[in-house]
Amino acid sequence: MKILVPVKRVPDPATTIRVLPDGSGIATDNVKWVINPFDEIAIEEALRIKEKQGSGEVVLISVGQTAWQEQLRTGLAMGADRAILVKADTPLDTLAIARAIAKVASDEKPELIIIGKQAIDDDSNQIGQMLAEMLGWPQATFASKVELAGEKCTVVREVDGGLETVAFPMPAVITTDLRLNEPRYASLPGIMKARKKPLNEIAVDSLGVDLAPKLKIKTLNAPEKRQAGRKVASVEELVQVLHTEAKVI
Amino acid sequence: MDFELTDSQKEIVEGVRALCGRFPDEYWRGKDQRKEFPNEFYQAVAEAGYLGIAIPEEYGGSGLGITEGALVMKEVAYAGAMNAASSIHLGIFGLAPLIRHGSEEIKRRYLPRVISGQMHVSFAVTEPDAGNDITHIKTFARREGDYYIINGRKVFTTKAQEAHKMLLLTRTTPVEQVKKKTDGMTLFFADVDRNAIEVRELLKLGRHAVDTNMLFIDNLKVSAADLVGEEGRGFHTLLDGLNPERILIAAEAVGIGRSVVDRAVRYAKERIVFGRPIGQNQAIAHPLADAYAKLEVAELMMMKAAWLFDHNKPCGPEANIAKLRAAEAGFEACDRAVQTLGGYGYMQEYDVERFFRECRMLKIAPVSQEMVLNTISEHVLKLPRSY
Repeated sequence: MKILVPVKRVPDPATTIRVLPDGSGIATDNVKWVINPFDEIAIEEALRIKEKQGSGEVVLISVGQTAWQEQLRTGLAMGADRAILVKADTPLDTLAIARAIAKVASDEKPELIIIGKQAIDDDSNQIGQMLAEMLGWPQATFASKVELAGEKCTVVREVDGGLETVAFPMPAVITTDLRLNEPRYASLPGIMKARKKPLNEIAVDSLGVDLAPKLKIKTLNAPEKRQAGRKVASVEELVQVLHTEAKVI
Repeated sequence: MDFELTDSQKEIVEGVRALCGRFPDEYWRGKDQRKEFPNEFYQAVAEAGYLGIAIPEEYGGSGLGITEGALVMKEVAYAGAMNAASSIHLGIFGLAPLIRHGSEEIKRRYLPRVISGQMHVSFAVTEPDAGNDITHIKTFARREGDYYIINGRKVFTTKAQEAHKMLLLTRTTPVEQVKKKTDGMTLFFADVDRNAIEVRELLKLGRHAVDTNMLFIDNLKVSAADLVGEEGRGFHTLLDGLNPERILIAAEAVGIGRSVVDRAVRYAKERIVFGRPIGQNQAIAHPLADAYAKLEVAELMMMKAAWLFDHNKPCGPEANIAKLRAAEAGFEACDRAVQTLGGYGYMQEYDVERFFRECRMLKIAPVSQEMVLNTISEHVLKLPRSY
């Protein structure tokens, strides 16, 4: 089985993010870049499926700049078989990225696309759903359990108030939730082998898809600084304050 | 001159960091308090293939150099200080004599098991009456047919509680009967056979998760096939492991130093006294800046020594100097971190005291700072030998 895993490069969750003074973006100096943690879960799931089945191919894909190779190499070191970097010299919006991935997917013909439910930088939560629509495939979002049996796939989804189990035929798109698995870290032999695995580059312009931006980020603002808390003397006062000041009860 | 790490080296560093990230401070604090060997960490390191980093690919290793080994050990010490480093340290450098001088059979039989983590290895060299004057060891191996019968005592043997095998240095000709004191010694890759060896754990200042022992060896029977190198050439065989060991120890000291400086800096930014973060006071800031600068210098020296070793160039003075400076810089950084945290620095919950205790060892082992200075005086400056 061939599984395609789209991977996004994002700032390390432990990095302190600084918004540029003009609000056009974040300061990228001293930022450590990593694979989007939800995509890392997607890679892990794809590898587990391959290992369980004893054969198959896990292909990573990124739509980004040359530097994104670093994250693809990390994914290859985890155990993916090969990677495709769709090279875009300038950042694209979500829809354009989904179109590019869908185009490559229609050539690669994977049985599954497994992707993080969202990227931790912009929290869009869109690519997986867009891919399913563009390819005309079933989708199972927020997966916390994935099981394959023949042509069928069963996914347990995390939904408000509980779990939902869905079954669908493949090819299909699955987006991963946090509790699906704990991703492995690359082993030393894995790191050494990753250097020799194929990492192909395709120019995004050569795909012939509409890349025109539909989304414009007007400005980014840093969240307001948290104010210190205050102590109240009694439960009565607490209730009073919650009622009159916070207006929550 | 190129000071940049290669892409693979950077990836190795990231890989080790990811692994170490699964073992937080609480893990190491708990292991140290309970004097428990860090089996989970050891297994994770083995499974990720790092124990084989410097072992040739034909025996299942990755065949990388001491530079990569040092980068790994720096990260390991950064995360878990010597409790982490000493649990795997020997697997990474200690088998150099075996790899260079061991028979094909020994290598094929044992190296894969060391890499997989199934087999722990100890280094039994130092004796109660022979430390830096290693030629005066008394442990004696007497040949009997296809076997050697060994008797003697060893001290400061790390991990002997876990070890299945040990690199054991013996005399096969008494020191009085050889022309050169360094002749007449023989190295074995011997079983730690509990029927013939009493392993007695020693209590120590720190690094409580990894045991240090005294060995009483009483008629230990070792097959002649387990002899490493040539009979009588054991001292020279062992020498191949010494420079890499100093380089790795330097890397570990730098890792510890960097860890405690980072911890102290974090604390100095957050701790408010007299209405401002204590790090705003130069009395706090300067010692940390100074510790950082010294660590940078020590790391440069360590990397130079590693580069020389990996390029098959002589690196004795450099490896020794790296160990000297790194042990000093690492321990000074620990002391300053404890001082920065004040009363909390002395408390186990804040971890820097653990780094402080563990780093102190590196000024003594594997060779004392004083003996390093002797080496530099004699072999680099060509001053008359003082002892």
